[in-house]
Amino acid sequence: MNTEPILEIRNLHAGVEGKQILKGIDLTLNEGEVHAVMGPNGSGKSTLAAVLAGREGYDITEGEVLYQGRDLLDMDPEERAREGVFLAFQYPIEIPGVNSTYFLKSALNEIRKHHGESELDAMEFLSLVKEKMKLLELNEDLLRRSVNEGFSGGEKKRNEIFQMAVLEPKLAVLDETDSGLDIDALKIVSHGVNKLRRDDNAQLVITHYQRLLNYIVPDFVHVLVDGKIVRTGDKNLAIELEERGYDWISTHVPVPA
Amino acid sequence: MSTATETIEGLVKQEYKYGFYTDVETDSAPPGLNEDIIRLISSKKNEPAFMLEWRLKAYRHWLTMKEPTWPHVHYPPIQYQKSVYYSAPKKKGDGPKSLDEVDPKLLETYEKLGIPLKERERLAGVAVDAVFDSVSVGTTFQKQLAEKGIIFCSFTEAVQNHPDLVKKYLGMVVPYTDNFFAALNSAVFSDGSFCFIPKGVRCPMELSTYFRINAANTGQFERTLIIAEEGASVSYLEGCTAPMRDEHQLHAAVVELIALDNAQIKYSTVQNWYPGDAEGRGGIYNFVTKRGMCKGRNSKISWTQVETGSAITWKYPSCILLGDNSIGEFYSVAVTNNYQQADTGTKMVHVGKNTKSTIVSKGISAGHGQNSYRGLVKIQKSATNARNFSQCDSLLLGNKCGAHTFPYIEVKNTSSRVEHEASTSKIGEDQIFYCNQRGLSTQDAVNMIVNGFCKEVFKELPMEFAVEAQKLLGVSLEGSVG
Repeated sequence: MNTEPILEIRNLHAGVEGKQILKGIDLTLNEGEVHAVMGPNGSGKSTLAAVLAGREGYDITEGEVLYQGRDLLDMDPEERAREGVFLAFQYPIEIPGVNSTYFLKSALNEIRKHHGESELDAMEFLSLVKEKMKLLELNEDLLRRSVNEGFSGGEKKRNEIFQMAVLEPKLAVLDETDSGLDIDALKIVSHGVNKLRRDDNAQLVITHYQRLLNYIVPDFVHVLVDGKIVRTGDKNLAIELEERGYDWISTHVPVPA
Repeated sequence: MSTATETIEGLVKQEYKYGFYTDVETDSAPPGLNEDIIRLISSKKNEPAFMLEWRLKAYRHWLTMKEPTWPHVHYPPIQYQKSVYYSAPKKKGDGPKSLDEVDPKLLETYEKLGIPLKERERLAGVAVDAVFDSVSVGTTFQKQLAEKGIIFCSFTEAVQNHPDLVKKYLGMVVPYTDNFFAALNSAVFSDGSFCFIPKGVRCPMELSTYFRINAANTGQFERTLIIAEEGASVSYLEGCTAPMRDEHQLHAAVVELIALDNAQIKYSTVQNWYPGDAEGRGGIYNFVTKRGMCKGRNSKISWTQVETGSAITWKYPSCILLGDNSIGEFYSVAVTNNYQQADTGTKMVHVGKNTKSTIVSKGISAGHGQNSYRGLVKIQKSATNARNFSQCDSLLLGNKCGAHTFPYIEVKNTSSRVEHEASTSKIGEDQIFYCNQRGLSTQDAVNMIVNGFCKEVFKELPMEFAVEAQKLLGVSLEGSVG
């Protein structure tokens, strides 16, 4: 078995337009692990997700990120995706006129090509998709529509996890997937994510609220405040945080200069 | 600046594939325009007197007209006296009787363009009329079509062999007084395609004309006339390319369509004239008048155009809906990249009762391209229960281009219903990043987004053409990203 971590973030400093947002993040995800990153608004949660996925506009000023031992920051966004990094977007993007099935099939085949696997034809892809749709209790009608266009907030989030189910990433980063979901949708999404958990992949769940962690139970919880991880614990840390609020942690944890 | 924007701005670097020049001996008129030149053109074509008379009337009318300045395009004054109005590949003897006698250099040219004219190599099921500079060099499938009573030939042949039909229909939809460029065309047009589908006949294959400008300093002025008699139907395709040159060249064509009772004409264009280089040097001025008349009851005319070429495009394929229950449609994708300018759209003139029109216009601007939609929906007093639906969408790539919409609506009958929807969007970096994050390259992402944007129009094209159009769009925007 491979003992190399899937993701190793070392002393990561990053910012936008000269404004420092991440101020030294260290985080290691091993195979089979689920990590939660919690933090108040503006703590840098979404920046972390964006930097891992390779969104442009962020300056990495210090530190490094290794993905399966390779320099992640050196790869283009599409290469990261093909190598198995998946970001479930906080605000999934609409692409009018582009059929959802076509989009996802193209994506899957790009990834398969990258790994030297044969591309799936339409029939093979459809049977794969039908199986995965059940997982998210999605209406098949969604596949006939344009990517995310006219989807409700809940449908968009479920669609993200559905794409994740089809693409089977090695590392999934879920950026506030719970935001905007009602409790039923939250359960469906969480159920889907849990089903996708395997011994050989890892999930990084970014959230503001503890409630998601009632359904997706993490192995580790990290608390991010002002661009730094100030506490790490198990799932109980999330519960404590929920009870006492972020103020408690930011005032009780000495922040190194 | 973000890399997506940079990549979008780099979009232009694709070379124009059809920019080669064919070295053939030509028989050309001296530059300049006067009555003698018109007489020369007419005599070269051995035309009957009525044609020369019509040309001269058009010329005299043109002299009284002013070049339009209302389009949202900019170009230096055109030197009409410096242009050549007739240029034809030199004929050996009496000229080719069949394709076998056509100059191999010309056949080669069309082969290079992907339009092999020789029957055995030709795309099955498409009859082609190939127009090279001022003349038609060959028309395929003529015999098979003639068996059904369909006339498909060059305009020159039509004037010789079917003068009555020409006399009856020429100028019926676009009179020579119509506009500046139509008047000029009427005076000097040298060839084009003629197509007549008799009563009750459904044309068994796609008909197409392929226009090629080759000679320098030459204007191309062709005329296409398509007549579908009662109950007839035809689908017609038009393609165009030109060599790359530093100077601009004028292409002022006229297309007239006439549909009688229950007839249907579908006219599709993939226009890929040389657009000029990345700095805006050279390219074709494409100033074209295209108009169809739904003369009969229940007739239908449908225009579909994919405009990716030309330095400047000025064209408004239109429908006059004269017959009761007639239908007019306009589906358009216009792309402007680099310094291209397009002012294009349609006119739907509702005259008959229960007439319906649909307009779907998709403008894509990249580089410094300026793209304008200009459309008129006119409901006349007689047009009870007329319906129109218009949708104009613009897509911007990068931040140096522009999109403009000029819709005009005139309604004189209160029972009519006119709807207009418009949108402008930018290919967002968000959209590209989203695609990247799913493993798609930036170029694939842009192609996918642009094709998605154009989908409603592409589905109107005949299948081979739809594939061609998608590819062309990919090429036109290549390098705009990535």
